[in-house]
Amino acid sequence: MKLTLKVWRQKDAKSSGKFATYEAHDISEHMSFLEMLDVVNEGLIHKGEDPIAFDHDCREGICGTCGMVIDGNPHGPRARTTACQLHMRMFHDGDVITIEPWRAAAFPVVKDLIVDRSAFDRIIAAGGFISAPIGGAPDGNAIPIAKENADLAMDAAACIGCGACVAACPNASAMLFVGAKVSQLALLPQGQPERHQRVRSMVARMDAEGFGTCTNHGECEASCPKGIRMEFIARMNADYIRAKLTAGRRKDGAGEGGGG
Amino acid sequence: MEFKSNIPSGPIEKKWEKHRFEMKLVNPANKRKYTVIVVGSGLAGGGGAASLAELGYHVKCFCYQDSARRAHSIAAQGGINAAKNYRNDGDSVFRLFYDTVKGGDFRSREANVYRLAEVSVNIIDQCVAQGVPFAREYGGLLDNRSFGGAQVSRTFYARGQTGQQLLLGVYQALERQVGLGNVEMFRRHEMQELIVVDGRARGVVVRDMVTGEVETHLADAVCLATGGYGNVFYLATYAKGCNGTAIWRAYKKGAAFANPCFTQIHPTCIPVTGEYQSKLTLMSESLRNDGRIWVPKAKGDKRAPGEIPEEERDYYLERMYPSFGNLAPRDISSRAAKRVCDEGRGVGPSGYGVYLDFKDAIARLGRQKIEEKYGNLFEMYERITAEDPYKVPMRIYPATHYTMGGLWVDYNLMSTIPGLFVLGEANFSDHGANRLGASALMQGLADGYFIIPYTIGNYLARQKFTPVPAGHSDVRAAEKAVAERTQRLLSIQGTRSSTEFHRELGKIMWEHCGMARDKKGLEQGRSMIPELRQEFWKDLRLPGGGNELNQSLEHAGRVADFLEMGELMCLDALERDESCGSHFRTEHQTSEGEAERNDKDFCHVAAWEFQGDGRKPVRHVEPLVYENVELAVRSYK
Repeated sequence: MKLTLKVWRQKDAKSSGKFATYEAHDISEHMSFLEMLDVVNEGLIHKGEDPIAFDHDCREGICGTCGMVIDGNPHGPRARTTACQLHMRMFHDGDVITIEPWRAAAFPVVKDLIVDRSAFDRIIAAGGFISAPIGGAPDGNAIPIAKENADLAMDAAACIGCGACVAACPNASAMLFVGAKVSQLALLPQGQPERHQRVRSMVARMDAEGFGTCTNHGECEASCPKGIRMEFIARMNADYIRAKLTAGRRKDGAGEGGGG
Repeated sequence: MEFKSNIPSGPIEKKWEKHRFEMKLVNPANKRKYTVIVVGSGLAGGGGAASLAELGYHVKCFCYQDSARRAHSIAAQGGINAAKNYRNDGDSVFRLFYDTVKGGDFRSREANVYRLAEVSVNIIDQCVAQGVPFAREYGGLLDNRSFGGAQVSRTFYARGQTGQQLLLGVYQALERQVGLGNVEMFRRHEMQELIVVDGRARGVVVRDMVTGEVETHLADAVCLATGGYGNVFYLATYAKGCNGTAIWRAYKKGAAFANPCFTQIHPTCIPVTGEYQSKLTLMSESLRNDGRIWVPKAKGDKRAPGEIPEEERDYYLERMYPSFGNLAPRDISSRAAKRVCDEGRGVGPSGYGVYLDFKDAIARLGRQKIEEKYGNLFEMYERITAEDPYKVPMRIYPATHYTMGGLWVDYNLMSTIPGLFVLGEANFSDHGANRLGASALMQGLADGYFIIPYTIGNYLARQKFTPVPAGHSDVRAAEKAVAERTQRLLSIQGTRSSTEFHRELGKIMWEHCGMARDKKGLEQGRSMIPELRQEFWKDLRLPGGGNELNQSLEHAGRVADFLEMGELMCLDALERDESCGSHFRTEHQTSEGEAERNDKDFCHVAAWEFQGDGRKPVRHVEPLVYENVELAVRSYK
């Protein structure tokens, strides 16, 4: 098939960008969206033009590197699918496709479709972990975990950190990303000691990075390639309130009791 | 060049314990005086960086990705082995050790493998403590599944994304150390050169992939954990960015390269569909727990799979290997698939595919149970192929997946360059000529969490270090080499893109150094690659400049190295005149078509020493001694 692409081109973080139009010929329906871009880029290289820069790595939907807004949808039109797993059979001959980078103040554009998502790393560094120094762990079966909780923690942990939730949100909120990590660790007994401190630190960092707040649009869940549910934002909010209320009473801010 | 494996004396089950006691320690207060560079942020690199920082060392960690969380360990699907014996099915450290040595077709070092099996139990404990949400049973205890090459159930898993969950555990431990100021993390930085001063590894030259700036970082020791070099085949299950540049630079600086030809071709990947294809996608080996592999009995049978009656199907793995069946090791399963396709019994449009069928499992367990176990894999398959594997069998074919070869290391994971340590897939040590499923995650974490923290201390404590001045001639030379190389690539201004060269190299490698190899083909490969390389340096077309984000330049640099590496792989395959594990020389096979080892002449590690561009490297030999497992013909029948 033959397609027309309107692609955001931006030389670097300092320059201003604009849309450029390209024709894509001989596109097979079996190609992935990124393979289609590869074909376009090969053409540009041969014409002596600068190829379109886009982030990608595993191309099997798990590393979270790729991400672009395709016709207004982060990762494109197919639900629960990353751009690298999106195949051209979702499009039709003659389609005009608009491709943009993630748009969010906290994700500045680096070049073309590439953005800087290091804010996510800093949120994790602020508290998105269990402090379990290597070497001192008890037996893996020492603490049984209800399958229900383990499965729910896994649902939250499936987040690939791609940032589609931020790109989709009218407020550029990162609460789905943060809520998923807060919930995963709060659902596990190992995560209890730091539970309150963790949610406070991560939320503070999230705010400092310039992400917006959640006003329940639900765009994040709809665009998440891993189907992370908004329920985790609610869990985070509950934990955050609890942490804030108890912060004055308990110096270390540790949670009381387990579960979640 | 000297190849001292430095394996401790004594009985195998006491070696690591004894060694840990004998190693020198660095006083806690002195650790912060040392700087360690770690290149790579996967299970081995990220795990190593986090562990070393926890101990108090100052760590600088580099990755080419935009975040440490994206290292390709993340893509491992099936699971991680550990000799926990939670199933009460006869597992033990010794059995895991035995299975791994046998699985590697007796071309790995016994002592290393035993240590790996030993620490495997600690890995699971550590991961649970970090909050890795492993699959659990209703009683709340950890669940297991089976993997190829084993008759016990010892594989721990987190749905079909075990690598992701383990890596996120590593990443979180690493980011914690970043937050504490103990690790300096350099994202989007690619190593371009190793700095060796007075015979010891003392730093790296890296390129900032956003600004193009070339930076020098000095340290007291360097760890390379940069993964495998399987992208030499162009089409592989590796991430697009995976490359061999770091280990290749080290090789050219004096680190020996061991068993470069040992490449794992994974049996269950989605078949190639067209010339534009950029990568191949794995379907986890865990699927072989419940999926049955078959092809039609008749050649050229083009009927839809559902129309082929049971008695006209050949479940060839179950037929040929009744005791392991569909869970035969990867090298054996891959070759069997190739064989039936070469006979003309392959399925799908290209004829290079076999069925992986869940019909019986769905009938036995119900769709819901299958969905729970493999749901995300089935979805992924459907996205790529537009076929519903709940209704029609999957089509799969072997693809390059892992490299058992890598930089030679001793028992301490140190290469032939003092102070240069190599971890994870980047080294050669534990998997011999074939890696068993669910063992790569185990090795990555073992090296990073439990081995390097000890052995690097022992090295540092025994050395005296004086700071390397920034203007040192060896440092300057390394910086100059990087600048010149970039300039050389940019100045060619030819007509063909790096992707075109890469694809062509991949075809040569797959054809001549792939699943089946012979003398003639390897010789052909060895002469074709230098020609292609010459062509590359004459006719490469590279847009953009060096002082900017330039993905074409990044790729071209990697391809330039693959074009050298491929030649070494062919040479190694040629000179290893036997078959073993993944290395199948058609001249050496049994009457049943199995790999025929030659223990008299080849029971050794082949380690190659670089002699200069255009000169044949020297092949050194480290003999392999088997004291605990009897050298035997590997049988899975």
